[in-house]
Amino acid sequence: MDQFAVKVFVRLRPSVLDPAGEATKSASIKLGAEGIKSLRIGKMIEVKIEGNGENEVKEKIDLLCDRLFANTVIEDYEYSLEKL
Amino acid sequence: MDNFTVGVVVFPGSNCDRDVSWALEGCLDIRTKYLWHESSDLSDVDAIVLPGGFSYGDYLRCGAIARFSPLINALDEFVKSGKRVLGICNGFQILTESGFLPGALVANKNLNFICDDVELEIVSSKGGWFNNVDEKQTIKLPIAHGEGRYHCDSETLKKLVDNELIALRYKNNPNGSSFDIAGITNEKGNVLGLMPHPERACDETIGGTDGLFTLKSLILK
Repeated sequence: MDQFAVKVFVRLRPSVLDPAGEATKSASIKLGAEGIKSLRIGKMIEVKIEGNGENEVKEKIDLLCDRLFANTVIEDYEYSLEKL
Repeated sequence: MDNFTVGVVVFPGSNCDRDVSWALEGCLDIRTKYLWHESSDLSDVDAIVLPGGFSYGDYLRCGAIARFSPLINALDEFVKSGKRVLGICNGFQILTESGFLPGALVANKNLNFICDDVELEIVSSKGGWFNNVDEKQTIKLPIAHGEGRYHCDSETLKKLVDNELIALRYKNNPNGSSFDIAGITNEKGNVLGLMPHPERACDETIGGTDGLFTLKSLILK
């Protein structure tokens, strides 16, 4: 069995309004940061997982992302995988 | 109808289960039974209410974890059999997360937790949920939510409109919901999800009775 470290990024779809991102953008501008065109907040989920090779682990992570980590009605996801 | 029993689901974090039970038993004389979320035996209830609250702490997303409970797994067959399911607030969020109703509920546009009475337009009474005896077109119900902004893509919205699945719309949209949507039904009409709380409007002494009819319609065939 190989062990992998997976980082999953879950983001609100571009068409979904992100009021928390908008509020943070507004605070960033108040802080004096210039040039911010867009600021959106997502989630990062770290998973350590065992499996027989990368393909098997990807299958598991795809299932988790699709059914649990993200709600694909409102969110997109992507992930990176590192063999430990 | 004497033995008609409404199952009120209790998740860890539900906090409107007792209100729903009180409204049904005390105001409408309808028998209720609490159903723990780990139960998958729905054989002795005739309708189900998923009450408001913060199931599983609303971790990850509201309703996302509740979706995997044994009870929600058993709900598919219950819904297919035509029995009625009412999801209120967190219950509505669970119904969308688990795919019984389309769309999703996300953070209110102004990021506030909104606790207020709102005026609602009855758009469709599919399933008889709002088929009030006096045919009121506008009702007033309380809302209490931080993540009640209904969101769906334009294709889903068209389907909701074309098939008369939008049950309730806010008169003055408090949370930024698409198309002012406050409640929707499934195509068959036996599943209703809504953000307002009908169980908190069942007695004049606490501000109104506009929620009575919706709870009463649980016993409709």
